[in-house]
Amino acid sequence: MQHGKYRFIVGFLIAPMALYVIFVIWPFIQSIYYSFTDWTGLSPDFEMVGFDNYTKMFKDDVFWKSLQHSVLLAILLPLVTLGLALFFAFMLNVGGRRRKGAIISGVRGSGFYKIAYFFPQVLSIAIVAILFQFAFDPAQGMINGSLKALGFHDLPNWLGDPKLALWCIVAVLVWCTTGFFVVLFSAGMASIPKDFYEAALLDGASRFTTFSRITLPLLWDTVQSGWVYMGILALGAEGFAVVNIMSVGPGGPDYSTTVLPLYVYQAAFRDGQAGYATTIGVALLLVTLAFAAIVMKLGRRERLEY
Amino acid sequence: MGSTSAHNNEGLGRRDLIKRSAALGVITVPTMSFLASCASGDSGSDEKVEKGTKSAENPLAVNESAPLELVIFDGGFGTKYAEDAKAVYAKTYPKSKITFSKTQKIQSVLQPRFNGGTPPDLIDNSGAQQMDMGVLVGKKQLADLTPLLDAPSIDDPSKTVRDTLRPGIVEMGQFDGDPVWIMYYAYTVYGVWYSQTALDKLDAAYPETWDDMLALCAKAKKKGIAGWTYAGKYPYYLPFSLYPFIAKIGGVEVLDAIDNLEPKAWEHPAVKAAFEAYYELYKKGYVLQGTPGLDHRGSQGAWANGKALFIPNGSWVENEEASVIPKDFKLSVGAPSSLDASDKMPFGTIWASGGEPFIVPANAKNAEGGMEQLRIMLSEASSKSFTSSTKSLSAYNGGTDGIELSDGLKSGVAALEKAGTNVVNPRLQDWYVKLQKEQIGVSGLGEMMAGRATPAEAIKKIQGYADAAAKDQSIKHFKHQ
Repeated sequence: MQHGKYRFIVGFLIAPMALYVIFVIWPFIQSIYYSFTDWTGLSPDFEMVGFDNYTKMFKDDVFWKSLQHSVLLAILLPLVTLGLALFFAFMLNVGGRRRKGAIISGVRGSGFYKIAYFFPQVLSIAIVAILFQFAFDPAQGMINGSLKALGFHDLPNWLGDPKLALWCIVAVLVWCTTGFFVVLFSAGMASIPKDFYEAALLDGASRFTTFSRITLPLLWDTVQSGWVYMGILALGAEGFAVVNIMSVGPGGPDYSTTVLPLYVYQAAFRDGQAGYATTIGVALLLVTLAFAAIVMKLGRRERLEY
Repeated sequence: MGSTSAHNNEGLGRRDLIKRSAALGVITVPTMSFLASCASGDSGSDEKVEKGTKSAENPLAVNESAPLELVIFDGGFGTKYAEDAKAVYAKTYPKSKITFSKTQKIQSVLQPRFNGGTPPDLIDNSGAQQMDMGVLVGKKQLADLTPLLDAPSIDDPSKTVRDTLRPGIVEMGQFDGDPVWIMYYAYTVYGVWYSQTALDKLDAAYPETWDDMLALCAKAKKKGIAGWTYAGKYPYYLPFSLYPFIAKIGGVEVLDAIDNLEPKAWEHPAVKAAFEAYYELYKKGYVLQGTPGLDHRGSQGAWANGKALFIPNGSWVENEEASVIPKDFKLSVGAPSSLDASDKMPFGTIWASGGEPFIVPANAKNAEGGMEQLRIMLSEASSKSFTSSTKSLSAYNGGTDGIELSDGLKSGVAALEKAGTNVVNPRLQDWYVKLQKEQIGVSGLGEMMAGRATPAEAIKKIQGYADAAAKDQSIKHFKHQ
């Protein structure tokens, strides 16, 4: 029964592997190659320039600002988003007052909350960014309008203020990513055996203790994957989309919101410097790999079996 | 997650860690693979079509049966004018198969074709995704349009196409020396745009001096109307009225020095005076509250609704805000007000120049066809079709007789008449896009007008950016001829 097993496996794997190599690995190698050229992206002739792009990058203030903001997003967003999502998921599944008959239950109306939290996930990120851009509009926007109605004066300029702009963007990113993790963690919590909670209940554990001693350790795997996934979103696509659509300039005011993927995009598609753009792309790749490695390393812990 | 793994691994092994991180990393940087996916091809095949026979009707020797491909930017002007001109070409050369496509994403669509050496025959290189002209010229990707300019014009064969254009159009298409790489088809009037009706309500005329401007803003402020607003999110709209203001104060050579990235160009007293005048608008509270957070549509909307009197803009605003501007608005454009009696140029000095840059790629298969299409577009009939469908002037000098002119257009024509030869044409936005938009616009002027930088600080910052751009060897530099 064993002969031909490997041929069988290889036969099945060869097509997806080939696709992966051609469409993922090969472009990566190409990008690294282009980062050593002065390719403009607008004509087929270019020359090797050695490490010129890299020395330029290390001297480039905008690059360092973009890196700083990207790293800040990668650290801050998973913390806030996952923290909120864990809290909400716990309240929806376990945190309710114990009513008769049920050992654990969520707060009242948890079915509705689940849908409400998940809703932003259904909207395209571009639409969310545009909607929030209108909400943050200092003159006609909803946010300042509400504040005015409450009697506040000297209203903030939100996206027009370098001290606030990045925080507005963080708020939007949290708003549209939390819901997904609420649903993910709810699913995880549903698979935790009820007798654990029963035992905790008999021992008189408070809600907080139940969460920190039972729910979180048993959810750890999910939290860790979510952490990496969220960080990658913050470093890549979602961070780019929101900054590109919402911010002044984009990337402003005065470089206060610029992020690495936006800088890659601008160098490649506005300034005609594709070679330099791939160099920044290589830096972004290293940051992302480092982030994933650190999270994996820090997240190591005993596997629990239940 | 309920994992019931039978093998007792303690978390992740080192190898697993590396493998997993790599796999995660690999799905992360889509931009990179995206960039490389437009990998450079070979230099294309030089399969140009054979030339046709030169004749009085066909001065560019277009091959009558060769296919022609046009790519038109589908933005504020729409594409109707280009389709009208295409129909004329089709009638003149019935054997030619014409491919016409419109897009807003010029660079995404055309980048791979430039890299592959197979670009279309005529491109309207415009919009947010405009391909960098400096790079295209520097990399010799464009055809010289001199044959088109020297060809007889459609309406009057005794005149060349060059003779029928508005002043400055040909020079704008030159980057270094004689060749003309770009044909700017639209003709834009920049300046301070306002509603004559709103001024009438305040019993005021358009302020010809800066003191009058401040007095009028003070009067408006008492009525709860702001003097000015601008596209706070894109502060590079401010130069539309600020640059001609600088030229008016210190003469056109100040702008030329700025364009040439000369050291200390921004430290000229005229720049300082103009910056301080604009900064005063902010200091005295004459700028609409919240302007720094408004995008161009937001600021134009507030202005069209009478919340502010003046806005720096270009003549496209009439078409862009057609649905918002009230019927009795009487849209008008004003030249920069005089700062004082020592101004170098008279009141009426205005910035007007070509917009909507059309290019014929060097590797185009049918470059003669592309130029012939431009020659058709520069006829009086095509120019009229453009003006009536877009409310904008074209590069063709004339073409406004016998069509109904809208308010803004009428005012633009009058402003050009008043300016006479005092038309300035700063080139930063064509030559150094990043410097103009991101650095001077957002980081310099934007910060100053939001009150976060003084004029002196803004000038110092901008001069630093300009010096850096002058030193940067990776960008091509240009000089005024």
